[in-house]
Amino acid sequence: MIRKLTLTIAAIIGLLLLQAPLFAASQSFQEMIYDPGILPPIDSLLKVRVGDTAPGFTLPAVSGKVISLQDYRSKKIVVLSFIPAAWTPVCSDQWPGYNIVESMFAKYDATLLGISVDNIPTLFSWTGQMGKLWFEVLSDFWPHGQTANSYGILRSTGVSERCLVIIDKKGIIRYINVNDINQRPPLETLIQELEKISGKK
Amino acid sequence: MKNNRFLKPFLAAVVLGSLLFLCGCSGSRQTVNKPDKAPLPAAGEQLPAMTLATPENALTRTYLGLQNDAGQTISPGEIGGDILLIEIFSMYCPYCQHEAPMVNELYTLIQNDEKLATQIKIIGIGIGNSAFEVGIFREKYSVTFPLFADSDYTIYKDLGQVRTPFFIAIHNRGEKKNQIFYAKCGGFGNPEDFLQVLLDLAAR
Repeated sequence: MIRKLTLTIAAIIGLLLLQAPLFAASQSFQEMIYDPGILPPIDSLLKVRVGDTAPGFTLPAVSGKVISLQDYRSKKIVVLSFIPAAWTPVCSDQWPGYNIVESMFAKYDATLLGISVDNIPTLFSWTGQMGKLWFEVLSDFWPHGQTANSYGILRSTGVSERCLVIIDKKGIIRYINVNDINQRPPLETLIQELEKISGKK
Repeated sequence: MKNNRFLKPFLAAVVLGSLLFLCGCSGSRQTVNKPDKAPLPAAGEQLPAMTLATPENALTRTYLGLQNDAGQTISPGEIGGDILLIEIFSMYCPYCQHEAPMVNELYTLIQNDEKLATQIKIIGIGIGNSAFEVGIFREKYSVTFPLFADSDYTIYKDLGQVRTPFFIAIHNRGEKKNQIFYAKCGGFGNPEDFLQVLLDLAAR
């Protein structure tokens, strides 16, 4: 009886473990992109809401500049695009899309700031694969995730949420979308919000 | 015998625990990795069935040789021409953005030749792209051949989750109708050379 049971255990465990290489093989085509799999959609609690003054920040950019949110006050509507991590699937095809809609941002007198908790060398290598980006890419690496945390979008794993924040020229938050981290936010929603906030058609 | 009394429940607990643990792991990973993924398109294989929205633009419908009205759906087999070249792209894909002028050049080469223009049709399918996003790509790169949206990734999944850009050429008439004769990931290089490759492969 015991022998039978032991053999059954071994067979079941063996069969279940045999599935692992199949899953691993299906991921191998990703090449340079690391696929973390499906993550909890949201893993943080917002500390800001629409109508609040946007928390300020000063961060180094891949371009070599140091960028402060304050720099844009009274000049531009600012879209913050927080992405979780460089070299991951959804993030790697979000900013290249924004890169071909510079004219739309210009139409609404808006600019885009990409923000990640990765360090500058990582962001330099990663965004270099996307071609020349028209917008600044900022590193929220040190103190780690401080800016993401000030908005309440730093996940327990140390990366930020996939989040879009629109800040008007007075420095007031007018739109927040903490998106499911596993999915790309629809571009049309962002453009519609810019249209509303700018008052331009 | 006494040992057996304790061993049986212990082993049963191990079985149950192992099953719960391993099923939990494989269950959560299954949604990620899709072990039952469709095969990638390959020469000699049939193009999987796909449904496309009939274009709104009347000129586009004329180019594709469609009799359908906007709002209806079509399959690639309903498109005119002997050869159908399908570009699987995404507005968000930097490689697709880079390749766009080359694909336009290929389209122009074909359209400038009266015979080829009726023989070869080109369409693009934007995977995971909404109609709005496909429209942005069309406008940004002045694409004049028809582009379709695959917003819910249905076609992407049926094509084995190809990386983009991916080019598929099929016979769209005759005995080999719907058979793939070219399937490749990445750019195709010189448009003139690629056109010749397509014609040579189609003639085999």
